[in-house]
Amino acid sequence: MDQSSADKARIARQFIEAIPFSRALQMRLEEIGEGVAVISMPWSEMIVGYPTLGVVHGGAVSALMDTCGGAAVMSHPQALAGTATIDLRIDYMRAATSGQRITARAECYHLTRSVAFVRAEAWDEDRTRPVAAATGAFTVERITPRDGGKS
Amino acid sequence: MRSPRLPEPVALIKQRRDSTLAALVGAVPYIGFLGVKFDRRGDELTAVLGYDDKLIGNPLVPALHGGAIASFLEVTAIMELSFNMLWDDVEQGRIDAENLGPATLPRLPKTIDFTVDYLRSGLPRDAYARARVNRQGRRYASVHVEAWQDHRQKLFAQATGHFLMPPRDG
Repeated sequence: MDQSSADKARIARQFIEAIPFSRALQMRLEEIGEGVAVISMPWSEMIVGYPTLGVVHGGAVSALMDTCGGAAVMSHPQALAGTATIDLRIDYMRAATSGQRITARAECYHLTRSVAFVRAEAWDEDRTRPVAAATGAFTVERITPRDGGKS
Repeated sequence: MRSPRLPEPVALIKQRRDSTLAALVGAVPYIGFLGVKFDRRGDELTAVLGYDDKLIGNPLVPALHGGAIASFLEVTAIMELSFNMLWDDVEQGRIDAENLGPATLPRLPKTIDFTVDYLRSGLPRDAYARARVNRQGRRYASVHVEAWQDHRQKLFAQATGHFLMPPRDG
């Protein structure tokens, strides 16, 4: 029942691109596969949290990190399709520059039967100075072996 | 021109506090994007996330997006801190609530870190949150937020965050 990683990436892409909240934030999947995902989000007036400076709200960066973390888990070779966030911690290192696209890269660096551990980082057009870093734990959804068994 | 003896009319007090809250909420576009509103009872705030289809993260379940939940909690924490921060200045007349706007608003607290616990999945309906400032120093503050839907005792998410307070002049 092994899925090829290409299949897994394709399914993950379809799933992520159908998420309403990620669509509302205009997120774009840049890369996915083997437990790593890269997703970006454009600057827009509506996601500003710091009025006078045009700085994107931390919550919008959290949403990007969370989506990217989930995508990384889904694309892990040993993971099954679905996942949910157990916890997510974000460190905000600096304000994202107004008007610039924010890109996040998440890596599922360890997976047990039940839990996926994720690290992520986000930056704006200056790749050398991260805007935020995150660590999180996600659920690993298992398909219950019902077919062929007792009803 | 308040008399020190006579108590202020209650309508005036309410208006001043509501104006302060409205100025803070109006200054942050992301609060409007999420559709968060605030109920005020004295200095106690309850944030209300009105359900909207765009807040969904998993259309198959369906459940609220973890990022929408994190955003809701962070917005609630910052509003609690900001409202507390302005309260004394507004009550004692150092800040005129009626003329608070994006240009005249003092600087807001900045998030240092924010940790969200997802306790159960967010149902596709309204959600509520309240924040408690556990420690507030001159530079740093620690805030805890609880969010629930149908039952106040049954939290679906909670968060703790640390914030950098804006420098105060004088």
